[in-house]
Amino acid sequence: MTGLKEIFLRARTSDRGAYWFILPYVVFFCAFVAYPLIFSIVLLFHRWNIVTPMEWIGMKNFGRLIGDALFYRSLLNTLTFLVIHIPLQAAVALTLALLLNTVVRGRGLFRALYFLPVVVSGVAVTILWQQLYSFDYGVLNNMLHAVGLPSVPWLVDPHVAMPSIAIMATWKNVGIYVVLFLVGLQNIPRELYEAASLDGASPFKQFLHVTLPMLNPAIVVIVVLSTIGGFSLFIEPYVLTGGGPMQSTLSGMLYIYNQAFSFGHMGYAATLGFVYALVILGVVLLQRRVIESETSS
Amino acid sequence: MKRMLKYAILTAGAAVFAYPFLWMLAGSLKPEMEITSLNLLSGNFSLQSYAQVLLKIPIGRAFLNSVIVSATNTASVVLFGSMVGYALAKLRFLGNKTLYMLILFTMTIPFQIVLIPQYILMVKLGWTDTYLALVAPTMMSAFSIILFRQFFMAIPQALVDAARIDGCTEVMILFRIIWPLSRPVIITVALLTFMSNWNEVLWPMMVVREQTLMTMPQLITIFTTGGQAETQLGYLLAAATLLSLPVIIAYTFFQRYFIESMASSGLKG
Repeated sequence: MTGLKEIFLRARTSDRGAYWFILPYVVFFCAFVAYPLIFSIVLLFHRWNIVTPMEWIGMKNFGRLIGDALFYRSLLNTLTFLVIHIPLQAAVALTLALLLNTVVRGRGLFRALYFLPVVVSGVAVTILWQQLYSFDYGVLNNMLHAVGLPSVPWLVDPHVAMPSIAIMATWKNVGIYVVLFLVGLQNIPRELYEAASLDGASPFKQFLHVTLPMLNPAIVVIVVLSTIGGFSLFIEPYVLTGGGPMQSTLSGMLYIYNQAFSFGHMGYAATLGFVYALVILGVVLLQRRVIESETSS
Repeated sequence: MKRMLKYAILTAGAAVFAYPFLWMLAGSLKPEMEITSLNLLSGNFSLQSYAQVLLKIPIGRAFLNSVIVSATNTASVVLFGSMVGYALAKLRFLGNKTLYMLILFTMTIPFQIVLIPQYILMVKLGWTDTYLALVAPTMMSAFSIILFRQFFMAIPQALVDAARIDGCTEVMILFRIIWPLSRPVIITVALLTFMSNWNEVLWPMMVVREQTLMTMPQLITIFTTGGQAETQLGYLLAAATLLSLPVIIAYTFFQRYFIESMASSGLKG
């Protein structure tokens, strides 16, 4: 009863007009968040191509997903991407940030140049890299020839294509993390280094025991955001390879898109999206737990 | 000596990021035969490729579409985001906490889960191939509501109370008192929203088929993958340059805002 009374009291002490402020969002939330969420559950159990009526098929979408080799292939491709992209991006960003942190002149200019690809449209970057990666006349292979090295089959070899996309994504995004690491480095109190060097710690040990732990929040951000980005990979394989060669760059998002728009399998595409979302949440939670336990130990 | 080495590495890094863009620009101006060369300069620069791109696809219209969609969404996200942010930070009402938790929860939902249902909703409403489909589902954003709320929390309650005693309505307080104090967060939200709308391509690819309604990234994606470019490198590079140039120009002038906004969104997100 007290609960009810409290609610009544609080409703009476509400500020006039407060509900008008939130009403647009409540409408928006119901239409574009809540309804799609509920409808996604409905879709899980139906076969539907939008045109003909929905057909209830029980758990068949899940059964199909469990036996779908392309689903596993897309998961594996995403994993390949992440295993290369995350460490590469962290290493490059940390190196550039450490160097930038010690120089004074030109820091702003360097930072601005590293950040440039971040703001440019992914489509433009992908078209550009398609030419850089071209086997016969691409800039990268031309450079390799100039120093007497053989061509690399950047986008035509199934084992190389996904790593190539991971390198391109690193080039595009690393600027954000240079800036994040730089902010992190500047927030480390000088006294910590002074205390460490008084204790006789070498510069390398200082880096290991002072710098790295203090950068932990930035590392969490880099891992989590890159993971979410990896699972959202779409336009890069769509433009560069169409998912090939031999499905080696078929990303999760591209597979969902193909199921929905090439084959009209709305129910199955929604099921893929649902399962992918669960995988993303699981992976991100796991990463957080691992990184946080690493630093507390 | 050590300093020289540091600058050498930093400069090499800068070249890795800048050279491809310069190569793209140079390639878009060169005749087809010279594009694959590593050399950035040529005696035969011309606007031939641009003329061809403009002839083949309605890129002016696409530019306009991109501006319309991005500007509408930006205005809407700032307006409604600050309204909800203000209500959460400064107004007492039943369900305040619940709404806040709900918005935080919204931010954790991976978009993959709602993408197909949202598309179906557009079909059911008959909004595909209209501006509505491009604008409506991104008119408000949970993330910007949270950004506004955090910023408004730091504004002293006494200021709001004093304004109320002077007879200001809540609407006046938000737009006359809070907004002028909130330039940093407004700039951040506006820039992030505009950029993400300008560069968005997956959603337009789902809901728009009609060429006259396509935004720039979508039109150029279709141009690239659909065979219209006739595998002419110059056309592709000219299209990519046209797509990136507006952003690069804005970036050179407002570089600091871009970096601060996008980096801060990374920290908080």
